[in-house]
Amino acid sequence: MRGRNVVMTLYLLFLMLPIYWLVNMSLKTNQEITTGLTLWPRDITFANYVRIFTDPSWYGGYLNSLTYVGINTVLSIGLALPAAYAFSRYRFIGDKHLFFWLLSNRMAPPAVFALPFFNLYSAVGLFDTPWSVALAHCLFNVPLAVWILEGFMSGVPREIDETAAIDGYGFPRFFVRIFMPLIASGIGVAAFFCFMFSWVELLLARTLTSVNAKPIAATMTRTVSAAGMDWGLLAAAGVLTIVPGALVIWFVRNYIAKGFALGRV
Amino acid sequence: MTKTVNQKAWLLVLPVFLVVAFSAVLPLMTVVNYSMQDTFGNNQFFWNGIGWFQELLDPASQFGERFFDALWRNLLFSAVILAIEVPLGIAVALAMPREGRAVAFCLVVMALPLLIPWNVVGTIWQVFARGDIGLLGYLINRLGIDYNYAGSALAAWSTIVVMDVWHWTSLVALLCYAGLKSIPDAYYQAARIDGAGALAVFRTIQLPKMRRVLLIAVLLRFMDSFMIYTEPFVLTGGGPGNATTFLSIDLVKLALGQFDLGRAAAMSLVYNLIILATCWVFYTVMTNVDAGSRAAPAQSDPADAAGSSLPPAATVALDRRAA
Repeated sequence: MRGRNVVMTLYLLFLMLPIYWLVNMSLKTNQEITTGLTLWPRDITFANYVRIFTDPSWYGGYLNSLTYVGINTVLSIGLALPAAYAFSRYRFIGDKHLFFWLLSNRMAPPAVFALPFFNLYSAVGLFDTPWSVALAHCLFNVPLAVWILEGFMSGVPREIDETAAIDGYGFPRFFVRIFMPLIASGIGVAAFFCFMFSWVELLLARTLTSVNAKPIAATMTRTVSAAGMDWGLLAAAGVLTIVPGALVIWFVRNYIAKGFALGRV
Repeated sequence: MTKTVNQKAWLLVLPVFLVVAFSAVLPLMTVVNYSMQDTFGNNQFFWNGIGWFQELLDPASQFGERFFDALWRNLLFSAVILAIEVPLGIAVALAMPREGRAVAFCLVVMALPLLIPWNVVGTIWQVFARGDIGLLGYLINRLGIDYNYAGSALAAWSTIVVMDVWHWTSLVALLCYAGLKSIPDAYYQAARIDGAGALAVFRTIQLPKMRRVLLIAVLLRFMDSFMIYTEPFVLTGGGPGNATTFLSIDLVKLALGQFDLGRAAAMSLVYNLIILATCWVFYTVMTNVDAGSRAAPAQSDPADAAGSSLPPAATVALDRRAA
């Protein structure tokens, strides 16, 4: 028992320490950061945060990121729901090959797609809009959502479909009114993972935007100026990118283990 | 669960098929197109056949040497990552508290690194490992070890490995934890009656039950470390020299930095083929493991099915058998 707690405590410390250091730095002035190492801020300043929340080019980055992540999550779940139902209930020509092909896209390296996506979305006039990033992230999020939802749907017995059909429910009404509430936690878990993978991705988001839809992650590279690195500002921006993720984890904390139990991430 | 044959199901799959085809097949066709052509700028392209591929796969040529260097470097990195993260992840999963509020707390803290944007992960470690303003770099230098990740290849490598362990071990741990949770208490009671020690319990009960999730963990960790880009790019930019230039970094340099379209496209295709092949091997093994655990006579225990589908399905199957 003792050994287990020691392992866990050490591991959690290892996880928290770098994050603590970032928070610590975000509350210091640049002068304090560069003059010496202090374990906690000697005179706490919120100036870095104030600057981010008052400068539109900074907080605009957060709004842009949240916009494309939101569009992508809704799009991925909406498309994946009927497809996952088909995979969990029916056999059809090419189903296994199609499933593998979808999965292989979850594994595709974004670096391969960066340049062709740039060409493609420039050609259709979506370059530098949230839609281009949202659609590009569908490449790995739609297969992921299908995979997760299929697992949850296979857990719902077929008898429910049949009973509903006997009771005179048409397919769309059955799907929305009866079936979707049954797999609500599955939809939550799938949405969580879609949010996660769209939120953390940078390469495609940076390649497909220039000014108007620039994600916060790309805005952060601006902290290098003629006067050197603005470390405090960089740290504050970093801390603020952790916040949405932390909030989402808090809401789904009871379902996380269930989502992982499927082993489908 | 038996599935009925119904070709109309294609209609339900069609939207997904179209979207993924739009964002996967269409761009890949562009890549194939580029990989067969050469250009002297001005949007004029000339047919080059398989020239780029010959150059890419010939270690004697400059381009081929560069590709194979990055490939071996990346494979070594993936091997190191797997060797550290998988055992560590299992250990952490075994150390998870059994119940109470501590579980939720551990889960939330463990999941936190997974939801940090990848470039911020790079930034966190860039700051944390610097000799002048970072705690880690400062402490190591105080110990008398000369440590500077921007200067020495060894320091850069170890920083990136530690960063990746920090970033992704939780994924392995959470997967294993979920696998462990599906083992019914009866197994442990039986083991206690037989007088089995902790090691025996691990080898004969926990490890076999985690087989499926471990397979997935290895697949995900291999794939993601094989296409790692953002974190090392932010931390070291591929340097010092080329010491941490992994495949994706090299590819982006080639495609978006030098606009060497033909070579980049040929490299993309080979890169993608390696990934596709690995993915296929894992998928086949995984479906076989699933089929094996379903066909086994031990099917009457719900834990086996719990790994592959949700508990309700297993319960229903059991009820049916009982009736």
